[in-house]
Amino acid sequence: MIDKILIMNGYGLYVWSAFLFTLISFSLLYVVTKIQHNKEKNKFIAKFGTLSSERAAFAKSQSINKEILSNTSNI
Amino acid sequence: MFKYFEPNKIFSITSRAPKYVLLLFIIILSIGLTEALILSPEDYKQSHSVRIMYVHVPAAWICLGTFSVITFLSLVGYTFKIRNFFLISKSLAPSGFVFSVIALVTGSIWGKPTWGTWWAWDARITSMLILALFYIIYLIAWRIYDNDDKAFKVTSIITILGIINVPIIKYSVDWWNTLHQPASINILSKSSIHISMLYPLLIMTAAFALFSLLIFLMKYNTELIKIKNKGLDRL
Repeated sequence: MIDKILIMNGYGLYVWSAFLFTLISFSLLYVVTKIQHNKEKNKFIAKFGTLSSERAAFAKSQSINKEILSNTSNI
Repeated sequence: MFKYFEPNKIFSITSRAPKYVLLLFIIILSIGLTEALILSPEDYKQSHSVRIMYVHVPAAWICLGTFSVITFLSLVGYTFKIRNFFLISKSLAPSGFVFSVIALVTGSIWGKPTWGTWWAWDARITSMLILALFYIIYLIAWRIYDNDDKAFKVTSIITILGIINVPIIKYSVDWWNTLHQPASINILSKSSIHISMLYPLLIMTAAFALFSLLIFLMKYNTELIKIKNKGLDRL
């Protein structure tokens, strides 16, 4: 049964390499997008930390900033 | 209803949605892979090599659909000066590009056992390669132009030029003698593909669409944070 699925009448190499290429491309795109997302978020948090208390309070009054700071996005 | 279009509401949705989309994608992909690799029958002519169709065709469909959506949003965005439409287009492009590469590479792998060659300058393959090039040019344009207005203009022109290629890809198999067979699935008329192969194909298409949505949401979030980073610089 396993042999049949792997070898596929001699077409296994073609079929499995096509599926593997697709899954590797998916993984790479996901990882790269995740890294970019985390990089921008860390930059945002770092910049927020350098703001004076007055400016930080003003920035925090914008709800989207609050969202970015509160949401640690566990994707 | 319009309160859901406020940036903080959008961000709230796009930052929470990816984990659910990822979970759904894994479930649908698992079902799709089981169907495509084990349960679906082999073809009487192509034998098991037909299984490559389950990754090749959905990838081609989604990269074509994504480019059409990008063009529509760019045109409407440029005409009515809707900045958010450009942000959506920009966030859709990376997954569209990766799907075009997947369609080309898996098509090439499928070509070897079926046609006896990895590559041919056939109308469908060449026009798909041109689409991948348009994706690359589009993505590079966003990197080159810092000035938003210039980027909006240039990327809109690229999509207008690129969209001319989309009907060429679709109808290339009817207009020219190509190695590709004519379309097996028709929305308006009866499809020639058997139901036992159609189901896995549709399940894999749903999985690919979910992956595209997942990447879009993550990318869109990143773009929103980038804008907010610029806002903090100005404080």
